[in-house]
Amino acid sequence: MSENGKILVTEADLHAYADGQLPEPRRSQVEAFLAGRPEERARVDAWVRDNQALRALLDPVLDEPIPVRLPLAPGRRVLPWRQFAMAASIAFVSAAAGWLSRGMLHEPAPQPLAGVGVDQMQSMAGFARRAAVAHVVYSPDVRRPVELGADQEDQLVAWLSKRLNAPLKPPHLGRVGYELIGGRLLPGEQGPVAQFMYHDPYGQRLTLYVTREAAAAGDTAFRFAQDGPVNVFYWVDGRFGYAISAGAGKNVLHLVAQEVYRQLAPTDIDQRQVHEGKSKP
Amino acid sequence: MQDLTAQIVACIPSLRRYARGLTGSRDTADDLVQDTLERAWNRIALWRGRDDPRAWLFSILHNVFIDRFRAQRASPVEAMGEEEVDAPVRATQTDMLEVRDLDNALLRLPADQRAVLLLVAVERMNYEQIANALDIPLGTVMSRLSRARERLRAILTASETVSRLKVVK
Repeated sequence: MSENGKILVTEADLHAYADGQLPEPRRSQVEAFLAGRPEERARVDAWVRDNQALRALLDPVLDEPIPVRLPLAPGRRVLPWRQFAMAASIAFVSAAAGWLSRGMLHEPAPQPLAGVGVDQMQSMAGFARRAAVAHVVYSPDVRRPVELGADQEDQLVAWLSKRLNAPLKPPHLGRVGYELIGGRLLPGEQGPVAQFMYHDPYGQRLTLYVTREAAAAGDTAFRFAQDGPVNVFYWVDGRFGYAISAGAGKNVLHLVAQEVYRQLAPTDIDQRQVHEGKSKP
Repeated sequence: MQDLTAQIVACIPSLRRYARGLTGSRDTADDLVQDTLERAWNRIALWRGRDDPRAWLFSILHNVFIDRFRAQRASPVEAMGEEEVDAPVRATQTDMLEVRDLDNALLRLPADQRAVLLLVAVERMNYEQIANALDIPLGTVMSRLSRARERLRAILTASETVSRLKVVK
Protein backbone atom coordinates (compact mmCIF):
# COMPACT_ATOMS: atom_id res chain seq x y z
CA MET A 1 0.00 0.00 0.00
CA SER A 2 2.73 2.44 0.93
CA GLU A 3 4.12 2.29 -2.56
CA ASN A 4 0.79 3.15 -4.17
CA GLY A 5 1.82 6.72 -4.42
CA LYS A 6 4.82 5.78 -6.51
CA ILE A 7 2.90 3.98 -9.20
CA LEU A 8 2.30 6.20 -12.16
CA VAL A 9 -1.24 5.66 -13.30
CA THR A 10 -2.62 7.59 -16.22
CA GLU A 11 -6.19 8.43 -17.09
CA ALA A 12 -5.79 6.06 -20.04
CA ASP A 13 -4.89 3.26 -17.61
CA LEU A 14 -8.10 3.87 -15.71
CA HIS A 15 -10.18 3.59 -18.88
CA ALA A 16 -8.32 0.48 -19.98
CA TYR A 17 -8.91 -0.98 -16.51
CA ALA A 18 -12.64 -0.24 -16.69
CA ASP A 19 -12.80 -1.82 -20.14
CA GLY A 20 -10.86 -4.93 -19.18
CA GLN A 21 -8.11 -3.99 -21.62
CA LEU A 22 -5.16 -3.88 -19.23
CA PRO A 23 -2.70 -6.78 -19.29
CA GLU A 24 -2.22 -8.49 -15.94
CA PRO A 25 0.74 -6.97 -14.11
CA ARG A 26 -0.58 -3.52 -14.90
CA ARG A 27 -4.13 -4.41 -13.97
CA SER A 28 -3.16 -5.33 -10.41
CA GLN A 29 -1.14 -2.15 -10.06
CA VAL A 30 -4.10 -0.04 -11.10
CA GLU A 31 -6.34 -1.99 -8.75
CA ALA A 32 -3.97 -1.28 -5.88
CA PHE A 33 -3.85 2.36 -6.89
CA LEU A 34 -7.63 2.58 -6.83
CA ALA A 35 -7.86 0.84 -3.45
CA GLY A 36 -6.45 3.92 -1.81
CA ARG A 37 -8.52 6.40 -3.74
CA PRO A 38 -12.26 6.00 -3.24
CA GLU A 39 -13.13 8.92 -5.49
CA GLU A 40 -11.24 7.51 -8.44
CA ARG A 41 -12.63 4.09 -7.65
CA ALA A 42 -16.18 5.44 -7.79
CA ARG A 43 -15.47 7.13 -11.09
CA VAL A 44 -14.15 3.91 -12.62
CA ASP A 45 -17.04 1.90 -11.20
CA ALA A 46 -19.48 4.32 -12.78
CA TRP A 47 -17.81 3.76 -16.17
CA VAL A 48 -18.13 0.02 -15.75
CA ARG A 49 -21.80 0.41 -14.91
CA ASP A 50 -22.29 2.68 -17.93
CA ASN A 51 -20.70 0.04 -20.15
CA GLN A 52 -23.12 -2.55 -18.79
CA ALA A 53 -26.08 -0.23 -19.17
CA LEU A 54 -25.17 0.55 -22.77
CA ARG A 55 -24.95 -3.14 -23.56
CA ALA A 56 -28.30 -3.76 -21.86
CA LEU A 57 -29.75 -0.95 -23.97
CA LEU A 58 -28.41 -2.11 -27.31
CA ASP A 59 -27.90 -5.87 -27.08
CA PRO A 60 -31.58 -6.59 -27.79
CA VAL A 61 -30.87 -5.41 -31.37
CA LEU A 62 -28.80 -8.56 -31.84
CA ASP A 63 -31.88 -10.73 -31.46
CA GLU A 64 -34.02 -8.84 -33.95
CA PRO A 65 -34.63 -10.53 -37.28
CA ILE A 66 -32.51 -9.01 -40.00
CA PRO A 67 -34.68 -6.71 -42.13
CA VAL A 68 -35.41 -7.94 -45.64
CA ARG A 69 -33.89 -4.90 -47.26
CA LEU A 70 -30.39 -5.72 -46.07
CA PRO A 71 -28.50 -7.51 -48.85
CA LEU A 72 -27.05 -10.78 -47.58
CA ALA A 73 -24.86 -11.55 -50.56
CA PRO A 74 -23.28 -9.74 -53.48
CA GLY A 75 -26.29 -8.87 -55.59
CA ARG A 76 -26.96 -8.04 -59.16
CA ARG A 77 -24.90 -4.93 -58.69
CA VAL A 78 -21.77 -6.95 -59.29
CA LEU A 79 -22.11 -7.08 -63.04
CA PRO A 80 -19.74 -8.69 -65.53
CA TRP A 81 -18.36 -5.31 -66.57
CA ARG A 82 -17.04 -4.88 -63.08
CA GLN A 83 -14.97 -7.99 -63.33
CA PHE A 84 -13.82 -6.83 -66.71
CA ALA A 85 -12.97 -3.37 -65.39
CA MET A 86 -11.09 -4.99 -62.57
CA ALA A 87 -9.13 -7.26 -64.86
CA ALA A 88 -8.39 -4.27 -67.05
CA SER A 89 -7.22 -2.20 -64.14
CA ILE A 90 -5.01 -5.01 -62.91
CA ALA A 91 -3.48 -5.32 -66.37
CA PHE A 92 -3.01 -1.59 -66.36
CA VAL A 93 -1.32 -1.77 -62.99
CA SER A 94 1.14 -4.41 -64.06
CA ALA A 95 1.84 -2.64 -67.33
CA ALA A 96 2.41 0.58 -65.48
CA ALA A 97 4.33 -0.94 -62.59
CA GLY A 98 7.71 -0.63 -64.24
CA TRP A 99 7.01 2.90 -65.26
CA LEU A 100 5.76 3.74 -61.82
CA SER A 101 8.72 2.46 -59.87
CA ARG A 102 11.05 4.23 -62.24
CA GLY A 103 9.03 7.40 -62.11
CA MET A 104 8.60 7.34 -58.37
CA LEU A 105 12.16 6.59 -57.50
CA HIS A 106 14.27 8.35 -60.04
CA GLU A 107 12.38 10.87 -62.05
CA PRO A 108 11.54 14.20 -60.57
CA ALA A 109 7.85 14.92 -60.92
CA PRO A 110 6.85 17.37 -63.61
CA GLN A 111 7.40 20.87 -62.33
CA PRO A 112 3.83 21.82 -61.53
CA LEU A 113 3.74 18.96 -59.06
CA ALA A 114 6.72 20.13 -57.11
CA GLY A 115 5.27 23.20 -55.49
CA VAL A 116 2.17 22.53 -53.51
CA GLY A 117 0.70 25.74 -52.25
CA VAL A 118 -1.49 25.62 -49.17
CA ASP A 119 -4.47 27.87 -49.38
CA GLN A 120 -6.77 29.21 -46.79
CA MET A 121 -10.42 28.93 -47.64
CA GLN A 122 -10.54 32.67 -48.20
CA SER A 123 -8.19 32.53 -51.14
CA MET A 124 -9.38 29.16 -52.40
CA ALA A 125 -10.15 29.40 -56.09
CA GLY A 126 -13.86 29.67 -56.79
CA PHE A 127 -13.98 26.50 -58.78
CA ALA A 128 -12.20 24.54 -56.06
CA ARG A 129 -14.74 25.71 -53.55
CA ARG A 130 -17.58 24.69 -55.85
CA ALA A 131 -15.85 21.33 -56.29
CA ALA A 132 -15.75 20.81 -52.52
CA VAL A 133 -19.43 21.66 -52.23
CA ALA A 134 -20.30 19.30 -55.10
CA HIS A 135 -18.29 16.57 -53.38
CA VAL A 136 -20.20 17.08 -50.16
CA VAL A 137 -23.53 17.04 -51.96
CA TYR A 138 -23.06 14.00 -54.16
CA SER A 139 -20.58 11.68 -52.47
CA PRO A 140 -22.90 10.52 -49.64
CA ASP A 141 -25.46 9.33 -52.17
CA VAL A 142 -25.05 5.58 -52.14
CA ARG A 143 -27.66 4.54 -54.65
CA ARG A 144 -27.37 7.29 -57.22
CA PRO A 145 -24.04 9.02 -56.82
CA VAL A 146 -23.61 9.54 -60.56
CA GLU A 147 -25.78 10.13 -63.60
CA LEU A 148 -23.92 7.72 -65.82
CA GLY A 149 -22.06 4.75 -64.40
CA ALA A 150 -18.63 3.48 -65.27
CA ASP A 151 -20.33 0.60 -67.12
CA GLN A 152 -21.36 3.18 -69.72
CA GLU A 153 -18.02 4.86 -69.89
CA ASP A 154 -18.16 5.40 -73.66
CA GLN A 155 -21.43 7.23 -73.37
CA LEU A 156 -20.12 9.15 -70.39
CA VAL A 157 -17.08 10.28 -72.34
CA ALA A 158 -19.12 11.23 -75.39
CA TRP A 159 -21.74 13.05 -73.39
CA LEU A 160 -19.39 15.08 -71.16
CA SER A 161 -17.02 15.87 -74.03
CA LYS A 162 -19.93 17.17 -76.04
CA ARG A 163 -21.34 19.27 -73.24
CA LEU A 164 -17.99 20.73 -72.24
CA ASN A 165 -17.09 21.12 -75.87
CA ALA A 166 -13.69 19.52 -75.38
CA PRO A 167 -12.42 15.96 -75.36
CA LEU A 168 -12.67 14.70 -71.81
CA LYS A 169 -11.96 11.24 -70.45
CA PRO A 170 -12.08 10.13 -66.85
CA PRO A 171 -8.59 9.10 -65.73
CA HIS A 172 -8.19 5.57 -64.46
CA LEU A 173 -7.00 5.63 -60.90
CA GLY A 174 -6.69 1.93 -60.16
CA ARG A 175 -3.02 2.42 -59.66
CA VAL A 176 -3.61 4.70 -56.70
CA GLY A 177 -6.41 2.53 -55.34
CA TYR A 178 -9.53 4.21 -56.71
CA GLU A 179 -12.09 2.80 -59.09
CA LEU A 180 -14.38 4.87 -61.27
CA ILE A 181 -18.03 4.87 -60.25
CA GLY A 182 -19.19 7.22 -62.98
CA GLY A 183 -19.81 10.87 -63.66
CA ARG A 184 -22.30 13.66 -63.88
CA LEU A 185 -22.76 17.08 -65.36
CA LEU A 186 -23.12 20.04 -63.00
CA PRO A 187 -23.82 23.71 -63.47
CA GLY A 188 -20.71 25.84 -63.04
CA GLU A 189 -20.57 29.59 -62.86
CA GLN A 190 -20.98 30.15 -66.58
CA GLY A 191 -21.58 26.73 -68.03
CA PRO A 192 -21.43 23.01 -67.49
CA VAL A 193 -18.72 21.30 -65.46
CA ALA A 194 -18.01 17.58 -65.15
CA GLN A 195 -17.72 15.57 -61.97
CA PHE A 196 -16.23 12.08 -61.92
CA MET A 197 -16.64 9.95 -58.84
CA TYR A 198 -14.36 7.18 -57.61
CA HIS A 199 -14.19 4.96 -54.58
CA ASP A 200 -11.49 3.02 -52.77
CA PRO A 201 -11.82 -0.53 -51.38
CA TYR A 202 -13.17 0.89 -48.14
CA GLY A 203 -15.96 2.75 -49.86
CA GLN A 204 -14.37 6.16 -49.34
CA ARG A 205 -15.29 8.43 -52.17
CA LEU A 206 -13.26 10.84 -54.16
CA THR A 207 -14.46 13.26 -56.82
CA LEU A 208 -12.65 14.87 -59.71
CA TYR A 209 -14.17 18.13 -60.86
CA VAL A 210 -13.24 19.41 -64.29
CA THR A 211 -14.15 22.87 -65.48
CA ARG A 212 -13.27 25.11 -68.37
CA GLU A 213 -14.01 28.21 -66.38
CA ALA A 214 -10.61 28.52 -64.77
CA ALA A 215 -8.50 28.67 -67.92
CA ALA A 216 -8.29 32.46 -67.92
CA ALA A 217 -6.32 32.31 -64.70
CA GLY A 218 -3.42 30.62 -66.50
CA ASP A 219 -1.65 27.46 -65.41
CA THR A 220 -0.97 27.02 -61.74
CA ALA A 221 0.93 24.63 -59.51
CA PHE A 222 -0.94 22.16 -57.37
CA ARG A 223 -2.76 23.86 -54.57
CA PHE A 224 -4.16 22.32 -51.47
CA ALA A 225 -7.11 23.54 -49.46
CA GLN A 226 -9.23 22.21 -46.66
CA ASP A 227 -12.89 22.77 -46.14
CA GLY A 228 -13.83 21.10 -42.89
CA PRO A 229 -13.48 17.36 -43.43
CA VAL A 230 -12.99 17.73 -47.19
CA ASN A 231 -9.51 18.08 -48.61
CA VAL A 232 -9.11 19.57 -52.06
CA PHE A 233 -6.22 19.51 -54.47
CA TYR A 234 -6.65 21.76 -57.46
CA TRP A 235 -4.76 23.21 -60.37
CA VAL A 236 -5.23 24.77 -63.75
CA ASP A 237 -3.65 23.19 -66.75
CA GLY A 238 -4.26 24.39 -70.28
CA ARG A 239 -7.95 24.67 -70.97
CA PHE A 240 -9.11 23.00 -67.79
CA GLY A 241 -9.25 23.57 -64.09
CA TYR A 242 -9.14 20.39 -62.02
CA ALA A 243 -10.11 19.83 -58.40
CA ILE A 244 -9.88 16.56 -56.51
CA SER A 245 -11.95 16.37 -53.34
CA ALA A 246 -12.06 13.65 -50.73
CA GLY A 247 -11.99 12.97 -47.05
CA ALA A 248 -8.69 11.18 -47.60
CA GLY A 249 -5.47 12.75 -46.34
CA LYS A 250 -3.30 15.22 -48.17
CA ASN A 251 -0.67 12.63 -49.09
CA VAL A 252 -3.18 10.34 -50.71
CA LEU A 253 -4.72 13.23 -52.61
CA HIS A 254 -1.32 14.37 -53.76
CA LEU A 255 -0.66 10.93 -55.23
CA VAL A 256 -4.03 10.91 -56.93
CA ALA A 257 -3.45 14.42 -58.26
CA GLN A 258 -0.13 13.37 -59.73
CA GLU A 259 -1.78 10.41 -61.39
CA VAL A 260 -4.60 12.54 -62.78
CA TYR A 261 -2.12 15.11 -63.99
CA ARG A 262 -0.04 12.43 -65.65
CA GLN A 263 -2.99 11.01 -67.50
CA LEU A 264 -4.65 14.25 -68.49
CA ALA A 265 -1.68 16.50 -69.19
CA PRO A 266 -0.85 17.07 -72.84
CA THR A 267 1.52 14.30 -73.88
CA ASP A 268 3.50 16.65 -76.07
CA ILE A 269 6.90 17.11 -74.48
CA ASP A 270 7.36 20.68 -75.65
CA GLN A 271 4.12 21.67 -74.08
CA ARG A 272 5.15 20.14 -70.82
CA GLN A 273 8.37 22.11 -70.82
CA VAL A 274 6.54 25.32 -71.57
CA HIS A 275 4.47 24.39 -68.61
CA GLU A 276 7.40 24.15 -66.27
CA GLY A 277 8.37 27.70 -67.04
CA LYS A 278 5.26 29.28 -65.66
CA SER A 279 4.23 26.97 -62.91
CA LYS A 280 5.41 28.75 -59.79
CA PRO A 281 2.57 29.36 -57.38
CA MET B 1 -14.97 -15.95 -50.96
CA GLN B 2 -17.75 -18.18 -49.65
CA ASP B 3 -16.14 -17.94 -46.28
CA LEU B 4 -15.83 -14.18 -46.45
CA THR B 5 -19.49 -13.87 -47.42
CA ALA B 6 -20.45 -15.88 -44.35
CA GLN B 7 -18.21 -13.78 -42.14
CA ILE B 8 -19.76 -10.58 -43.44
CA VAL B 9 -23.28 -11.85 -42.87
CA ALA B 10 -22.30 -12.90 -39.36
CA CYS B 11 -21.34 -9.29 -38.62
CA ILE B 12 -24.73 -7.85 -39.57
CA PRO B 13 -26.31 -8.06 -36.09
CA SER B 14 -23.45 -6.19 -34.49
CA LEU B 15 -23.36 -3.62 -37.31
CA ARG B 16 -27.06 -3.00 -36.69
CA ARG B 17 -26.49 -2.72 -32.95
CA TYR B 18 -23.70 -0.20 -33.41
CA ALA B 19 -25.63 1.81 -36.00
CA ARG B 20 -28.63 1.87 -33.68
CA GLY B 21 -26.59 3.33 -30.87
CA LEU B 22 -25.00 5.81 -33.23
CA THR B 23 -28.23 7.12 -34.74
CA GLY B 24 -30.83 6.35 -32.10
CA SER B 25 -33.28 5.42 -34.82
CA ARG B 26 -34.08 2.00 -36.17
CA ASP B 27 -34.70 3.21 -39.71
CA THR B 28 -31.70 5.48 -39.94
CA ALA B 29 -29.54 2.74 -38.49
CA ASP B 30 -30.70 0.20 -41.04
CA ASP B 31 -30.17 2.74 -43.84
CA LEU B 32 -26.61 3.01 -42.63
CA VAL B 33 -26.16 -0.76 -42.50
CA GLN B 34 -27.77 -1.19 -45.91
CA ASP B 35 -25.38 1.33 -47.47
CA THR B 36 -22.50 -0.33 -45.66
CA LEU B 37 -23.37 -3.76 -46.99
CA GLU B 38 -23.91 -2.48 -50.51
CA ARG B 39 -20.50 -0.90 -50.46
CA ALA B 40 -18.99 -4.02 -48.95
CA TRP B 41 -20.51 -6.35 -51.54
CA ASN B 42 -19.40 -4.06 -54.31
CA ARG B 43 -15.89 -3.99 -52.98
CA ILE B 44 -15.60 -7.59 -51.93
CA ALA B 45 -13.50 -8.67 -54.91
CA LEU B 46 -11.03 -5.88 -54.32
CA TRP B 47 -10.70 -6.70 -50.66
CA ARG B 48 -7.60 -8.77 -50.40
CA GLY B 49 -8.20 -10.23 -46.98
CA ARG B 50 -5.61 -8.12 -45.26
CA ASP B 51 -7.82 -7.13 -42.38
CA ASP B 52 -10.31 -8.77 -40.17
CA PRO B 53 -13.68 -8.49 -42.00
CA ARG B 54 -15.39 -7.11 -38.94
CA ALA B 55 -12.93 -4.23 -38.71
CA TRP B 56 -13.30 -3.65 -42.44
CA LEU B 57 -17.12 -3.47 -42.17
CA PHE B 58 -17.01 -1.12 -39.21
CA SER B 59 -14.68 1.17 -41.06
CA ILE B 60 -17.00 1.19 -44.09
CA LEU B 61 -19.93 1.94 -41.81
CA HIS B 62 -17.94 4.76 -40.28
CA ASN B 63 -17.27 6.21 -43.74
CA VAL B 64 -20.94 5.97 -44.70
CA PHE B 65 -21.86 7.72 -41.47
CA ILE B 66 -19.28 10.47 -42.03
CA ASP B 67 -20.46 10.98 -45.61
CA ARG B 68 -23.99 11.47 -44.37
CA PHE B 69 -22.75 13.92 -41.81
CA ARG B 70 -21.06 15.93 -44.49
CA ALA B 71 -24.28 16.02 -46.42
CA GLN B 72 -26.06 17.28 -43.33
CA ARG B 73 -23.39 19.83 -42.72
CA ALA B 74 -23.84 21.10 -46.26
CA SER B 75 -27.32 22.15 -45.25
CA PRO B 76 -26.43 24.57 -42.49
CA VAL B 77 -28.71 23.08 -39.89
CA GLU B 78 -26.40 21.72 -37.26
CA ALA B 79 -22.72 21.51 -36.64
CA MET B 80 -21.03 18.14 -36.81
CA GLY B 81 -20.95 16.31 -33.56
CA GLU B 82 -23.75 18.04 -31.73
CA GLU B 83 -27.06 16.28 -31.43
CA GLU B 84 -27.33 15.81 -35.15
CA VAL B 85 -29.22 12.94 -36.73
CA ASP B 86 -32.95 12.68 -36.33
CA ALA B 87 -34.72 12.64 -33.03
CA PRO B 88 -34.60 9.25 -31.39
CA VAL B 89 -37.67 7.10 -31.56
CA ARG B 90 -36.94 3.74 -30.10
CA ALA B 91 -40.34 2.15 -30.01
CA THR B 92 -39.23 -1.29 -28.95
CA GLN B 93 -37.68 -0.26 -25.67
CA THR B 94 -39.35 -0.45 -22.32
CA ASP B 95 -40.74 2.61 -20.70
CA MET B 96 -38.19 2.53 -17.93
CA LEU B 97 -37.13 6.03 -17.20
CA GLU B 98 -33.47 5.13 -16.88
CA VAL B 99 -33.37 3.41 -20.22
CA ARG B 100 -34.76 6.44 -21.93
CA ASP B 101 -32.40 8.65 -20.02
CA LEU B 102 -29.40 6.68 -21.14
CA ASP B 103 -30.70 6.61 -24.67
CA ASN B 104 -31.15 10.36 -24.74
CA ALA B 105 -27.88 10.99 -22.98
CA LEU B 106 -26.09 8.90 -25.56
CA LEU B 107 -27.59 10.92 -28.40
CA ARG B 108 -26.52 14.13 -26.76
CA LEU B 109 -22.86 13.18 -27.04
CA PRO B 110 -21.00 14.54 -30.04
CA ALA B 111 -21.02 11.85 -32.73
CA ASP B 112 -17.28 11.21 -32.71
CA GLN B 113 -17.33 10.62 -28.95
CA ARG B 114 -20.46 8.48 -29.17
CA ALA B 115 -18.81 6.30 -31.81
CA VAL B 116 -15.77 5.58 -29.66
CA LEU B 117 -17.80 4.92 -26.52
CA LEU B 118 -20.07 2.46 -28.35
CA LEU B 119 -17.20 0.62 -29.96
CA VAL B 120 -15.53 0.25 -26.57
CA ALA B 121 -18.51 -0.48 -24.37
CA VAL B 122 -20.88 -2.32 -26.66
CA GLU B 123 -18.78 -3.75 -29.47
CA ARG B 124 -15.94 -4.46 -27.04
CA MET B 125 -13.28 -3.60 -29.55
CA ASN B 126 -9.86 -2.89 -28.24
CA TYR B 127 -8.53 0.63 -28.54
CA GLU B 128 -6.13 -0.32 -31.32
CA GLN B 129 -8.91 -1.77 -33.47
CA ILE B 130 -10.97 1.34 -32.93
CA ALA B 131 -8.09 3.56 -34.01
CA ASN B 132 -7.89 1.52 -37.20
CA ALA B 133 -11.62 1.41 -37.87
CA LEU B 134 -12.06 5.15 -37.38
CA ASP B 135 -8.71 5.99 -38.93
CA ILE B 136 -7.60 8.16 -36.02
CA PRO B 137 -4.56 7.97 -33.72
CA LEU B 138 -4.75 5.93 -30.53
CA GLY B 139 -4.39 9.08 -28.45
CA THR B 140 -7.48 10.51 -30.11
CA VAL B 141 -9.41 7.34 -29.28
CA MET B 142 -8.46 7.76 -25.62
CA SER B 143 -9.31 11.44 -25.46
CA ARG B 144 -12.68 10.92 -27.15
CA LEU B 145 -13.45 8.05 -24.82
CA SER B 146 -12.53 10.14 -21.82
CA ARG B 147 -14.63 13.09 -22.94
CA ALA B 148 -17.54 10.82 -23.86
CA ARG B 149 -17.57 9.29 -20.40
CA GLU B 150 -17.22 12.58 -18.64
CA ARG B 151 -20.06 14.07 -20.62
CA LEU B 152 -22.32 11.04 -20.32
CA ARG B 153 -21.84 11.08 -16.55
CA ALA B 154 -22.62 14.78 -16.40
CA ILE B 155 -25.81 14.37 -18.43
CA LEU B 156 -26.99 11.35 -16.45
CA THR B 157 -26.21 12.96 -13.11
CA ALA B 158 -28.12 16.07 -14.11
CA SER B 159 -31.15 14.07 -15.24
CA GLU B 160 -31.09 12.00 -12.04
CA THR B 161 -31.21 15.23 -10.07
CA VAL B 162 -34.11 16.48 -12.14
CA SER B 163 -36.13 13.30 -11.69
CA ARG B 164 -35.49 13.33 -7.96
CA LEU B 165 -36.76 16.89 -7.83
CA LYS B 166 -39.86 15.79 -9.71
CA VAL B 167 -40.47 13.04 -7.20
CA VAL B 168 -40.15 15.45 -4.29
CA LYS B 169 -42.54 17.88 -5.91
